[in-house]
Amino acid sequence: MKISDAHLLELENEAIFIMREVAAKFEKKVILFSGGKDSIVLVHLAKKAFWPARMPFSLLHIDTGHNFEETLFFRDELARELGVELIVRYVEDSINRGRVAEETGINSSRNKAQSVTLLDAIEELNIDVAVGGGRRDEEKARAKERFFSHRNEFGQWDPKNQRPELWNIFNGRKNMGEHFRVFPISNWTELDVWQYILHEDVKLPDLYYTHRRKIFKRGGIYLAWAPFMQLKPTEEVFEADVRCRTIGDITCTGVTLSKAESLEEIIGEIAATRITERGGRYDDKRSEAAMEDRKKEGYF
Amino acid sequence: MGINGEHQNRGLLRFTTAGSVDDGKSTLIGRLLYDSKSIFEDQMDHIVQSSKRLGRSEVDLSLLTDGLRAEREQGITIDVAYRYFATPERKFIIADTPGHIQYTRNMVTGASTADMAVILIDARKGVLEQTIRHSYIATLLDIRHIAFCVNKMDMVDYSEQVFKSILESLHDLVRKLGIEDSHFIPISAKFGDNVVAQSENMKWYSGKTFLKLIETIDIRKNKYTELPRFPIQTIIRPTSEEFHDYRGYGGRIAGGTFRAGDEVTILPSLLKSKIRSIDVFGQSLEKAEDGESVSITLEDQIDISRGDLIVKSSALPQISQDINMMVCWFNERPLISGGRYIIRHNSNEAGCIIKSIDYKMNIGTLEHDTSDLEVKMNDIAHVKVKTSKPLLFDLYKENNITGSVILIDEGSNETVAAGMIVGE
Repeated sequence: MKISDAHLLELENEAIFIMREVAAKFEKKVILFSGGKDSIVLVHLAKKAFWPARMPFSLLHIDTGHNFEETLFFRDELARELGVELIVRYVEDSINRGRVAEETGINSSRNKAQSVTLLDAIEELNIDVAVGGGRRDEEKARAKERFFSHRNEFGQWDPKNQRPELWNIFNGRKNMGEHFRVFPISNWTELDVWQYILHEDVKLPDLYYTHRRKIFKRGGIYLAWAPFMQLKPTEEVFEADVRCRTIGDITCTGVTLSKAESLEEIIGEIAATRITERGGRYDDKRSEAAMEDRKKEGYF
Repeated sequence: MGINGEHQNRGLLRFTTAGSVDDGKSTLIGRLLYDSKSIFEDQMDHIVQSSKRLGRSEVDLSLLTDGLRAEREQGITIDVAYRYFATPERKFIIADTPGHIQYTRNMVTGASTADMAVILIDARKGVLEQTIRHSYIATLLDIRHIAFCVNKMDMVDYSEQVFKSILESLHDLVRKLGIEDSHFIPISAKFGDNVVAQSENMKWYSGKTFLKLIETIDIRKNKYTELPRFPIQTIIRPTSEEFHDYRGYGGRIAGGTFRAGDEVTILPSLLKSKIRSIDVFGQSLEKAEDGESVSITLEDQIDISRGDLIVKSSALPQISQDINMMVCWFNERPLISGGRYIIRHNSNEAGCIIKSIDYKMNIGTLEHDTSDLEVKMNDIAHVKVKTSKPLLFDLYKENNITGSVILIDEGSNETVAAGMIVGE
């Protein structure tokens, strides 16, 4: 399908260019796949970049064990359809091996622990590039991110000493044990992603559309209820029509009250909304530099 | 297809902001986003709270772009931050770059992908060395549209006289640098005068507001369409039955237009062929233009690999191992004559030796300095290099993609310089 919107076409051309640079420069290449819309769009772009050949990436999912079930089903189907390798590594295993301690308390989440599992997987599998769906408009620390983002042998990001990135020339040189994170859709906004999904008719998990779900309210955010979640005495579970604006670990992904059944309706809602996408992410609420700190440790 | 009408068919404008420290770049962007209602409620809450915590007397809109902890603590911009916003007219990508001299490399980074540069000037201080430096860098990087915003007009009583005298120095600068398209706006980023709304305090100014300017400015992205270039990134060879004989060359068109049937020359082999098809995801296009990522197939079986260049036979690029260029030096260790570096050009990497450092730019006077040739961080110099294999290039002024390189330090892998290929 041909894209008619000038700015979407430019963003797509840029992302495909980057995908092809990654393919040519690195050995063991993975796309970080969460089942969320951004990683689904990445996979679609990779498909287009190498058509009619198969994309030269495996999919890597870091599984917190706290998933929306529909996401896992969608993930397995997609990998089968594309004929690409799906690698899953579990936060649960990292906890059992004593690599990271399980958080406790009412707001406990395995979101932060994912970094440990991810870095272990990168080392274990000799991954030298992990392609992620991070976007600069998502969050203020992400706004500082390069397309080709260098990680030292500890997997850490050094935001004060990033390599200058000029024109479309990417310096992907590194020493043994170091790796790169690459973000082909850095310049996309949330609205761009949705408009692209509509234009390209990209299939998404049903969670993104309105559905009936048990939810509760915490800190001004609606969270999906799951059996393993601890509730405060004042918190009440109730049913409502909701959709997900982002999909991540169930313990920290907020849901939006919505009756939007189609992509057109979702785009209408997003164009009108006054709250950012990550405003519903409980993991960002921990401190002002929550994302910067997690990224330095090796987060997505 | 049914998308909300007002979000359709907008072009993309990429601009960079530059200026001296504390000229209010971040505040201008914050103001732009705030007044165009592009700041979300939760972001605003954050800014209000942070302003209080940091003891600022008013809500500090610069906190919106200064995303790193160190930046918020010191109240300065260290690294390029990218911001996005859209109006019904256009979609914008802003590279907010640092004003501090030790971060000039980040200004160059932000400017390298920009269609337009916005340079801020403090109305109380007028044209400073940094103004000249940034205007020069913008011109060197071939940004053809520059908007000079004279900021903090509120601190000079919105005086037309002050603006006029700064305008005189700016006209001089524009003439000296040969800037093609320049604009001058008196603003107060802090109070919003002439940013989104026309200022009530400066009735003497009847030109466009800043937003109006960036919404309406006509950007000429491709100047040299007569030089069609296609640097090859990757070979696309499917293993499936259906596409058994398919051999495509994946890349992004770096200037000009290619059509199916065009006579092309492949470099460096100089072999000739014809374009059989231009493919995008199951569709064959009749033609593809500058900026499009496509896969090209040829009529003949030719040995082609990454780093090769497909061009129209009627317009060949230069092929040489001796290259002249202007470099902007990024590293703490100075550039050395005789030094060896890795040079990256399109999808090619080669070794190179600095044969000579010919002059440094004195950006205060815009004159060539041949007496002091030590090229330190943030210096701009003219050098000659010899590469370990021939480069296939055009001059930077003719083609920003096939005319640009970076230099990489072999030991540290750091990007140490940006280079723009020049004729002499």
